[in-house]
Amino acid sequence: MKKVLLIAVFALASAVTYAGGYRVSLQGNKALAMGHTGVAIVNSSELVFFNPAGLVYLDDKFNISAGASGVFSNIAYQDTESGANARTDSPVGTPLYLYASYKATDWLAFGLGVYTPYGSEVKYEDDWAGSHLVNNIDLKAIYIQPTVSFKVNDVISFGGGPIYVTGSVNFNRNLNRTLTDLDGNRANVTVDATGVSNWGWVASTMVNLTEDLHIGATYRSEIILDAEDGDATFENVPNSPLTPFEDTKINASLPLPAEMTVGMSYDFCEKWTFAFDFNRTFWDVYKSLDIDFANPDIPDSKNARNYKNASIYRFGMQYDATKMFTLRAGYYFDESPVQSGYFAPETPRNDSSNFTAGLTVNLGEHLQIDASFLYSYFKEIDASYNYYFENGQSVPFKGTYKTNAFVPGLGLTYKL
Amino acid sequence: MKNIFKYTFALLAIGFVSCDPEFDSPVTDEGFYTSGSADLSKYVSVGNSLTAGYADGALYITGQENSYPNIMAQQFSFAGGGEFTQPLMNDNVGGLLLGGAQITENRFVLAVGPDGSPSPVRLVGTPTTDITNRLTGPFNNMGVPGAKSFHLVAPGYGNVAGVPTGAANPYFARFASSESATVIGDAASQNPTFFSLWIGNNDILSYATSGGAGVDQTGNFDPSTYGPNDITDPNVFASVYSQQVDALTGAGAKGVLVNIPEVTSIPYFTTVPRNAIPLDAATAAQLNAQFSAYNTQILPGLVGVGIITPEEAALRMINFSAGQNFPIMTDDDLTDVTAILQGPPFSLPAPLAALLGQLRQVKSDDLIVLTASSVLGTTPDPSNPQGVIGVSIPLSDQYVLAVSEQARVTAASTAYNATIQALAGAKGLAYVDAKVALARVANGGVAYDGGILTSQFVTGGAFSLDGVHPTPRGYAYTANLIIQAINDTYDATIPMVHIGNYATITVTNSP
Repeated sequence: MKKVLLIAVFALASAVTYAGGYRVSLQGNKALAMGHTGVAIVNSSELVFFNPAGLVYLDDKFNISAGASGVFSNIAYQDTESGANARTDSPVGTPLYLYASYKATDWLAFGLGVYTPYGSEVKYEDDWAGSHLVNNIDLKAIYIQPTVSFKVNDVISFGGGPIYVTGSVNFNRNLNRTLTDLDGNRANVTVDATGVSNWGWVASTMVNLTEDLHIGATYRSEIILDAEDGDATFENVPNSPLTPFEDTKINASLPLPAEMTVGMSYDFCEKWTFAFDFNRTFWDVYKSLDIDFANPDIPDSKNARNYKNASIYRFGMQYDATKMFTLRAGYYFDESPVQSGYFAPETPRNDSSNFTAGLTVNLGEHLQIDASFLYSYFKEIDASYNYYFENGQSVPFKGTYKTNAFVPGLGLTYKL
Repeated sequence: MKNIFKYTFALLAIGFVSCDPEFDSPVTDEGFYTSGSADLSKYVSVGNSLTAGYADGALYITGQENSYPNIMAQQFSFAGGGEFTQPLMNDNVGGLLLGGAQITENRFVLAVGPDGSPSPVRLVGTPTTDITNRLTGPFNNMGVPGAKSFHLVAPGYGNVAGVPTGAANPYFARFASSESATVIGDAASQNPTFFSLWIGNNDILSYATSGGAGVDQTGNFDPSTYGPNDITDPNVFASVYSQQVDALTGAGAKGVLVNIPEVTSIPYFTTVPRNAIPLDAATAAQLNAQFSAYNTQILPGLVGVGIITPEEAALRMINFSAGQNFPIMTDDDLTDVTAILQGPPFSLPAPLAALLGQLRQVKSDDLIVLTASSVLGTTPDPSNPQGVIGVSIPLSDQYVLAVSEQARVTAASTAYNATIQALAGAKGLAYVDAKVALARVANGGVAYDGGILTSQFVTGGAFSLDGVHPTPRGYAYTANLIIQAINDTYDATIPMVHIGNYATITVTNSP
């Protein structure tokens, strides 16, 4: 009997979730305003992220760009079978970036970038219908990237550098659909890991086919964050040997996938620029999230994700309206890496259409204010996550999701 | 330039407006779910412990929160349902106090003993619900644990002064509108637009759980003369039930009636095996030798003088063999031959005559109640290791619901159910065949998204640790049955719940 109960309790408890589709494309207000294109555009030190090879073509001796975005993202969930419904009350995310470039010689430039390409902050109401999968999650990864850029000639240049990543994650979910303490408070676990770091690299090239037509390619390597010695904190667990969930340490691996970008830009009619970027994100590294609890009485948690590689198609336009104003607009189509049946509520991403706009205000020779706005549109989708198990039986978490995000951003560029 | 700003702001405005994602048809919109021809705005539930959310041998807050009426009311809220209030207990310990003295026991929890095996035990703790603190009602949930059909119409059933004598009900005393109030009166005076009525279970259940210790009062039309473990006369049931339905439908309310399940569907009667006595060949032979005079001389002798029939003699034969054996028991439906055995020609000593007076062995169609598990095989007198209950000491009649007793229970409940179904039909009310639904749980189980709901004690998921009352998951299953019946009868589309989201038994070791 005890064994039966143990198995029941543990089987219920085996679905720790993690952020999925947690790429956040907000790495520069100039680029974002143009649909987050930029692999073939030479206009500021945002190139440290988009294409380090292009830095050497900047006219400025120094170029510093910094900015932030406010991510207002919303998820609505409903299950027409039971009437269950929920809305996230996620805090406003504020991803930042800071880039600096220094042109040492005509053929050599250096750069430094700090940016946050991966992250996720989602907060549902505690104990909502999907609380056995996630109550809330906060994932942060800060990339720090020193860069060198050199040109072979006026046609082709190369760039790249190492990337140091430091990340943190905090998430909370209920242990299963039903376990409570004596007073009916749902048993839950918080996993917290901070200061998780690792190294990666970036390499890129830029080719100026003509004075007006540029193409670029950037590859950013995969970085696996191995969270060792994270903390698992259990709450509202009944006082019973049948539920031996005690606070313990955890190990887990979080992949930040590689990304390949190729693209072009074309200047036309003097004041106009058109840009197209194609991203391929190699999400297939994210097969499963496994959490290893140090306490041997607590079974490890294996959570299928089985992401697929996904593409993003980005289009941007820029118009130098006046000496003071540069206007931008863009669109991108973002393919979801989530496969059918793996749609987990912590980042319920289906394909999205994204509309961007923005402008730069030139305040004299040296200072620019960059503003951008992004609206992400997701179609309503009926989806399920089928890899949560009770008693060895799949218990799909089904429902209809409707998601959106709007992201105003503001930055400064200072150049010498 | 102006235009550019204008467009930028327009774009920003679009973003802000659509900040909250909206579904094409949100479940929270009026009209997504409908109540059909029923009006759910004021729902009142009437019944006994099942309606109150009683579980694990007690009433406590989380149990009440998972009562089937409360689960239904949450779902009703999608289809025009209003607020639903319950006379919540003061804690999750479960016992009741009367003027500071505890009068009902705490709830059961599943605790792991020193030997590592889990078993139901009463939670250690001090209850804080004193029935002298009368709550201010009215409450939508008028479920009163322990109530029988005729109690609902009995004035004074909520008078705290009557609790010590058993004339009143401690649970109703907590929230009765006055000392002379009736349950049905307090329910009807709320002018429900919709009601549920599930009553009559205790009219047979207390008889059954007491192993038939009470009296079958069929034919006695005066319930004031009934004992607590008696079976209610079906005509009495029909009369008070019809009064109740009339009272609840008085203002034109629609509603749902729920019938009475079989006792054989609940683990209280199906958990302890009938042949729970393991014996080796030598012990069996020794016991058979001891009972050989009873089998071969006394019983034929009694038949010979016409005291008992040959059929009764056959029923009373005692026979053990190697392996699992049926315990011996006292059956008060047998002819009591205690006095006769003390006289000639038997001339047995009084203790032996008493032992054999109504003796038989448990049969495969008897039902042994859950509480027998703590006495079967025990030696009540430590100085006499030979005195084993079920082997050399008969199991008391209160632990066995004999076939004859089961027949009385079935006859009464069949009659009650005929009344309930006929009234539902006559009044156009929804009708729930809980008897069939619970039998399905007991026989093979009911599949849900996390497994199969069965009546297996502790592990089956449907029944709480008292073996009689459902778990939250069992109540959720019940709520779905009732919602289904409402939807069918009134053309409503009230959504059901996922029963896998509802808890089963509570594990905890007392502090």
